[in-house]
Amino acid sequence: MSIILDISKVDMVFPTPKGDFTALKGVDLQIKKGEFISLIGHSGCGKSTVLNIVACIHKATMGGVILNNKEVTEPGPERAVVFQNHSLLPWLTAYQNIELAVKQVFKNKMSKTEMKEWIEHNLRLVHMDHARDKRPDEISGGMKQRIGIARALAMKPEILLMDEPFGALDALTRAHMQDSLMEIQQKLNNTVIMITHDVDEAVLLSDRIVMMTNGPAATIGEILDVNLPHPRNRLALAEDVEYNRLRSAVLTFLYEKQRKVEVIPKVEATESKQKTSDVA
Amino acid sequence: MTALMSKKIVGIAPMNRNKMIMSFIAEKTQALILPLVGICCFMLLWSFTASSIDTSLGKFPGPSAVATQVVNLIDEHNAERNKEDAFYIRQDQRNEMRQAKDPSYQAKVRAYTGKETFLDQIVTSVVTVLSGFLLAAVIAIPLGIAIGLSKNLNTAINPIIQIFKPVSPLAWLPLVTMVVSAVYVSPEPMFAKSFITSLITVTLCSIWPMVINTSFGVVSMNQDWVNVSQVLSLPKLVHIQKIVLPASIPAIFTGMRMSLGIAWMVLIAAEMLAQNPGLGKFVWDEFQNGSSQSLSRIMTAVFVIGLIGYLLDLAMLQLQRALSWDKSSAQR
Ligand SMILES: Nc1ncnc2c1ncn2[C@@H]1O[C@H](COP(=O)(O)OP(=O)(O)O)[C@@H](O)[C@H]1O
Ligand SMILES: [Mg+2]
Repeated sequence: MSIILDISKVDMVFPTPKGDFTALKGVDLQIKKGEFISLIGHSGCGKSTVLNIVACIHKATMGGVILNNKEVTEPGPERAVVFQNHSLLPWLTAYQNIELAVKQVFKNKMSKTEMKEWIEHNLRLVHMDHARDKRPDEISGGMKQRIGIARALAMKPEILLMDEPFGALDALTRAHMQDSLMEIQQKLNNTVIMITHDVDEAVLLSDRIVMMTNGPAATIGEILDVNLPHPRNRLALAEDVEYNRLRSAVLTFLYEKQRKVEVIPKVEATESKQKTSDVA
Repeated sequence: MTALMSKKIVGIAPMNRNKMIMSFIAEKTQALILPLVGICCFMLLWSFTASSIDTSLGKFPGPSAVATQVVNLIDEHNAERNKEDAFYIRQDQRNEMRQAKDPSYQAKVRAYTGKETFLDQIVTSVVTVLSGFLLAAVIAIPLGIAIGLSKNLNTAINPIIQIFKPVSPLAWLPLVTMVVSAVYVSPEPMFAKSFITSLITVTLCSIWPMVINTSFGVVSMNQDWVNVSQVLSLPKLVHIQKIVLPASIPAIFTGMRMSLGIAWMVLIAAEMLAQNPGLGKFVWDEFQNGSSQSLSRIMTAVFVIGLIGYLLDLAMLQLQRALSWDKSSAQR
């Protein structure tokens, strides 16, 4: 498959009152069409910064982002973003939030009825058609995040960027959302970059897991190929040898090679190898 | 047996249920009774203090004197209206008679020039304050948004705002009066000069809180919403209309309520000083008049001014509840 997105030798330096802060150094990653990439690393290492550079919300100090052989310099709907805290507009209903995006992206390409159908189709896709006319403060966190995903999908992006989309949700809702996302991905086969701090989530959803070293001057430490067949089932995989090998590979990277000494004590770190899978 | 039954139905503790009902009643009565108690205490204190203050115009007016004046002022208003009606009837009769005698006679219609009553002054003041406030809002909200969006514009304009914001209406008034007299010259003016003067003074004083709050609302807008707008590549105008304006609505309303309060205070002062029609002029005229009733009429005006100020604020709050998406900011 062809390379759709090339993150090419990106450095990011933030000017701060205390002098320049090098957040990223030499981040280099090529992504194929239809690939699902997870970006994992300790909090504060620079995952969001990478995503924001791809979205062009930040401009890289060195290097650049090439989408379909063309460098991108401005944000655009072909790189739709699902933000961590849903970022729905609170004065609009679920339908209107998606409508704002659809109207902007397809203003000359779709008729009014086509738009309406397309918005409703996307609401159905995330199982939110019943919350069509609800405002964000009337629905739960998981529902908001679903609508955020529907809004991003409705832009028909070349590449979908998700910044810890399920980070703020409780474990059960999160599992539910992951299943939904797998189901959608099965249908649409989007190219996705998803930031996560959940090891299980990364292994369950991804084709490749990109592990980042700790900052400052963070970069890509290792890349892990996940060759588990689709569709994946979390219960079946729990006993799977390959799944557990991948899982412990990620945990080893995070808790041994890139251990955050000051944050996570040693005892807890070895314990979490077996039990927990949350990093941040 | 029945006692046992009822005990079962009500649950474990009838004592608790009674307590709940009691506390519910207590809550409701508190909301009603406490303000009444407050008002009664104030009335007592007021009439007691009033009776012990002697002025050159007689005793300081107490509650009963004010109550009498309320009736008086309404009666005077009705009397004046009757006089006006009578004037027009007489004029019509006269004209008809002359036309009957001489068909070529051109009827003369003159307007009644009676004294403005207290109620007329109230209407004048309310119309003026709302006009001045609306003019201020029409200027302040776009300006506030522009300042909020552009750091450079903010840096350029901020010193001017900070200097003009604390200026008292009394300082503006002479300037405004002179400028209006010089500039607003037309053979058939649509509005009275005094109205324009009051209106501009109100606008000049009430514009700043709206500018400052609007720009604050824009600046402190959630960065996520800006990012959404960027990802969608919304054009500038759509961005302002669909993101910036709704996002800053709560702050805009905060500013509007502050401004309307200031506008009302400023207007009364301006009317007093400039002798422009309105409640301020009523107060000043009564003060100059110096009759035995003057003080109680002024006191009545004070209450009316306060009441209208309160009602204006309530109306604004109601508007905010209806229009703002952020219900929590529209509580009180
Ligand atoms: N606008 C900014 N200015 C200065 N420093 C920043 C800015 N944004 C992020 N950083 C710094 O860059 C590093 C990476 O941040 P971020 O990408 O948000 O981490 P992550 O998403 O992995 O938790 C952090 O140390 C953060 O303090
Ligand atoms: Mg982050």
